[in-house]
Amino acid sequence: MTECIQLAGGKVYDPANGIDGEVRDLYVEQGCMVETPSSSPRTIDVSGMVVMPGGVDIHCHIAGPKVNLARKLQPEDHRRDPHPGTEHTRSGAGGTVPSTFATGYRYATLGYTTAMEAAVTPIGARHTIEELHDTPVIDKGFYVLLGNNIFLQQLIRDGRKEEFRQAVAWWVNATKAYTTKLVNPGGDEPWKGKKNSNVKDIDEKSDFIPVSPRQVIDAFVDTVNELGLPHPPHIHCNNLGHSGNFQTTLETMKTAGDRRAHLAHIQFHSYAGELGKNPKSASREIAEYVNDHPNITCDVGQVMFGKSTIMTADAPLAYMLRGFKKGKWVNADTECESGCGIVPFSYQEHIYVHALQWAIGLELFLLSKDPWRIVLSTDHPNGGSFMSYPKLIRLLMDREFRREEIKRVNQKAINSTILNELEREYTLNEIAIITRAGPARALNLSNKGHLGPGADADITIYDEMADKEAMFNAPRYVIKSGALIIEDHEFRRDYYGKLLHTEPGYDESIVAEVRPFFENYYSIEFPNYAVDDSYLHDHEVIATV
Amino acid sequence: MSENVKVVENATCTFCGCVCDDMILTVDMDEKRITKSKNACILGKAWFAEHYIEEDAPVAMIDNRPVSMEEAVEEAARTLVNARFPITYGLSDTTCEAQRQAVAITDTIRGNIDTTTSVCHGPSGIALQGVGESTMTLGEVKNRADLVIYWGGNPAESHPRHFGRYAVTAKGMFTPRGKKDRHVVLVDVRRTPSAPAASQFIQVKPGKDFEVLWALRALVKNRRIDPDIEEETGVSLETMEELVERMKNCRYGVLFFGMGLTMTRGRHFNSGALLALATDLNEYTHFVAKPVRGHGNVTGADNVMSWQTGYPFGVNFSRGFPRFNPGEFTTVDLLAKRDVDAALIVATDPASNFPQAAIDHLANIPVVCLDTKATLTSKLAHVAFRTSTYGINTAGTVYRMDDVPITLRKAFDSPFPNDEEILTAIRKRVRELVLARGQARGATGVSRAAAPLQ
Amino acid sequence: MPETMLLIPGRSSKQGTSLNKGKLGDEYLDITSTVEINADEMVRLGFNSGDRLRLKNHIGEAVVTCVSKKATDLPEGMIFIAYGPTSSRLMESDTAGSGMPLSKHISVEVEKIG
Repeated sequence: MTECIQLAGGKVYDPANGIDGEVRDLYVEQGCMVETPSSSPRTIDVSGMVVMPGGVDIHCHIAGPKVNLARKLQPEDHRRDPHPGTEHTRSGAGGTVPSTFATGYRYATLGYTTAMEAAVTPIGARHTIEELHDTPVIDKGFYVLLGNNIFLQQLIRDGRKEEFRQAVAWWVNATKAYTTKLVNPGGDEPWKGKKNSNVKDIDEKSDFIPVSPRQVIDAFVDTVNELGLPHPPHIHCNNLGHSGNFQTTLETMKTAGDRRAHLAHIQFHSYAGELGKNPKSASREIAEYVNDHPNITCDVGQVMFGKSTIMTADAPLAYMLRGFKKGKWVNADTECESGCGIVPFSYQEHIYVHALQWAIGLELFLLSKDPWRIVLSTDHPNGGSFMSYPKLIRLLMDREFRREEIKRVNQKAINSTILNELEREYTLNEIAIITRAGPARALNLSNKGHLGPGADADITIYDEMADKEAMFNAPRYVIKSGALIIEDHEFRRDYYGKLLHTEPGYDESIVAEVRPFFENYYSIEFPNYAVDDSYLHDHEVIATV
Repeated sequence: MSENVKVVENATCTFCGCVCDDMILTVDMDEKRITKSKNACILGKAWFAEHYIEEDAPVAMIDNRPVSMEEAVEEAARTLVNARFPITYGLSDTTCEAQRQAVAITDTIRGNIDTTTSVCHGPSGIALQGVGESTMTLGEVKNRADLVIYWGGNPAESHPRHFGRYAVTAKGMFTPRGKKDRHVVLVDVRRTPSAPAASQFIQVKPGKDFEVLWALRALVKNRRIDPDIEEETGVSLETMEELVERMKNCRYGVLFFGMGLTMTRGRHFNSGALLALATDLNEYTHFVAKPVRGHGNVTGADNVMSWQTGYPFGVNFSRGFPRFNPGEFTTVDLLAKRDVDAALIVATDPASNFPQAAIDHLANIPVVCLDTKATLTSKLAHVAFRTSTYGINTAGTVYRMDDVPITLRKAFDSPFPNDEEILTAIRKRVRELVLARGQARGATGVSRAAAPLQ
Repeated sequence: MPETMLLIPGRSSKQGTSLNKGKLGDEYLDITSTVEINADEMVRLGFNSGDRLRLKNHIGEAVVTCVSKKATDLPEGMIFIAYGPTSSRLMESDTAGSGMPLSKHISVEVEKIG
């Protein structure tokens, strides 16, 4: 299955090991990087080419109940973008929400070999794992939605910290998740129970369970760090998309103090201005805070013009967006656990808000001082498809290209930002950090995002080109766990990656606490809730830290 | 009854879309049958009692002649690969694991795949694609719903535990008194046995559901409706106005709908009107809707089809990638137009419920059939496999009507293989045949799978 | 003179339990070839429970047994039947581009046999 390979003469970008474009040979054996191979390797001449670790997507929506609903919802999204099968690969449908096969193969054709599904209801975990199993090439994991979990909020309300910690650990185990995800904490109950209203302030308490979003955030940051999950709570802040929301974002980060926290798609949370009026950029305030606080990691959630699909556990947000065009809309409530909204969407250059969002994302990238803590993402498919990553990379690396693109968008929006003044160009090494080494480190995936001995042999090899979009669009070789998947731009074999999950320890006695709540308020039987090991297939337990 | 008895708790009944997972099954392991199914409804009891092992049934037959598994797999694979326009159909009464294999086979042979969704809530799937939907898991109904409307469905007979477990008498977080905390409305063309469970019955003239739904939408939007609507629909304006007030003022409203909407005049327009009504009501309060799905894993079939192909049913691979078009790639149409020349039928019996023209064509082409029992379809099949029963002899995954996935527990072993095993074997052989065909013709790359047999 | 009526196939408890016993069994075939008709209408048409009726339309025809249904539970002009081979024989295959045949709204001419 996995051969012994020598990659000869490539320019290696391996920032985690301090290698910045040096020409050197690399060796692959038994699916791993090795110093020297034990048998005689097949040599692939990659001289003149750029060698990087496989890409790691820290935040995307690629599998599970809401993703599948979005697929069903949009035949028009797939129809214009078929994904033919080959002798080695399955066929599928593309668009902003591709089928599972198309998702895996397309990530591979960009040189990405790991991706994390960012929002899964616990009751939908089994479904998500089934889809991930049908998502080829990449390794994958998911974050489980616990921020609006009614039982957990009750424990916070009652100040039962120890039980809370045990219950969180139990849920992560029961769902085979990678970490916890908070989405608009406190927003579900007003949405479902109070005629589609929402929580507005980080310190506002719900009447049903009187805990504030801040209390929820604090409890999760505390517990997840204590449990040592490889990735801290992955936080989608309150007030996403609203003018003036950067204050909420700052307060969220302040709540974390000096404890690890990851802020998801931070671009959507970096808006100044007055609520209800047009937003302004608050990228400087946000970038400054992130720059100064090494405990914070974030991904950008860049907006890319064109078709997108809004899919979020933040149901009130999706309803607000639906209000603009009154087009088709999905709302999906999950008992005791989550809300969800889906809206087909498109970002247009001439629209002030869309152009501003685009500009804010770029500002955040360009103002960031530590590439290790800001990860490239489009919050796929919310800000745009992951297929637009190569173009985004070019926008970051190529100032002239960026200037031309800036000219094409709403100038009122651009003039309210400092984007025109930002001269920075990302280097290949920095791109390797924000797409590989950085997210791997933020996820504590010690065998990914680098090419040192012992690392997973997930490797991408690009022809070096002046046009960085073209370059990152078509790696010549992609190696996954030592298997040569793409050679000369063509698929040479099929491959199914593994599920990455974590297993924090917990005290079995917590089950007796969860169970009565469950029996009263859920609609399936408690013993049928946890995902059993038969769903794991190929998997790796990532150790707690 | 023997002494060798086993009890299986938290087992799941896969007869209907309720997928109740609280069964306590008593199994006579010597007799290989379930003797008691505690918590099951009348349909569930029959489901468990009647799926015993018919030891003398052959595992497979070709043209009604008993053959070995291997022979049958070989003949099934050849039949499918040799066809110019093969179809796969059924899949609503089997596990997701088997469904995944069925899609893989169809992808490989560039055939057409469709599920029983197309003759059940297919129109609701089309409607979803047009207008979206506001929906929920059933636990939300149990916990929150204070207004429950059933439209064009008769759960008392088709989903007997729907009322008690999820929607009418179920007690939940904000509905501690169960039915006393809810207003329940039944809308139908006839007073079905479900009527006694409802607080209110509204009788619509046959084929006039769309008109009633559209009038309700208009009233929700404060438009004027002429009182002669009663003559047209059988429902008075007063009744409609009162219902609209209830809908706007409830805390958490639910519209459940059945095949009384999808199978009558209007079809997807009916479902679309209902989904749009639920969406409109979200301007006033929280409102959701849900098709009440029939078969135990028809929802899983929609899910597997969607994640593997992008589309929920009616998918054609003839160009090497999935295309979706109801009316063109749906099974009744394909058969009735006599377009197809072989069929793989999994866990369903179209010969007993399709329109006659479709059945007539099915009888004229080679059919490969997988079923737990002899059926009209298995009788006319060229290759017929006898399978074990999901949820009784086979574990695996099914999706409840609200997309909640549930793992099945096996009660006792069957001498017959399960759908997944048979389909996996066919898939393997089909792939070998297709690749060999490609090599024989010297084709390369993508076109290899496409080259027809000589 | 045959009477034109609307055939509405649907699920029933008995249809559900009997299909588990086997679709080739007598019970299932019996249940799926029995129709319900409004009691008042039965009187008007001179039908008695147990009578054999011929249902006929442009698709085909079928012979069924009728039983009377309380007048409040089934409107006049309507015939209820449990889905099965009998309803198939009368079902149009055109789906109007939806994939779904018009399965619950079938116009038939009804006539007593003998």
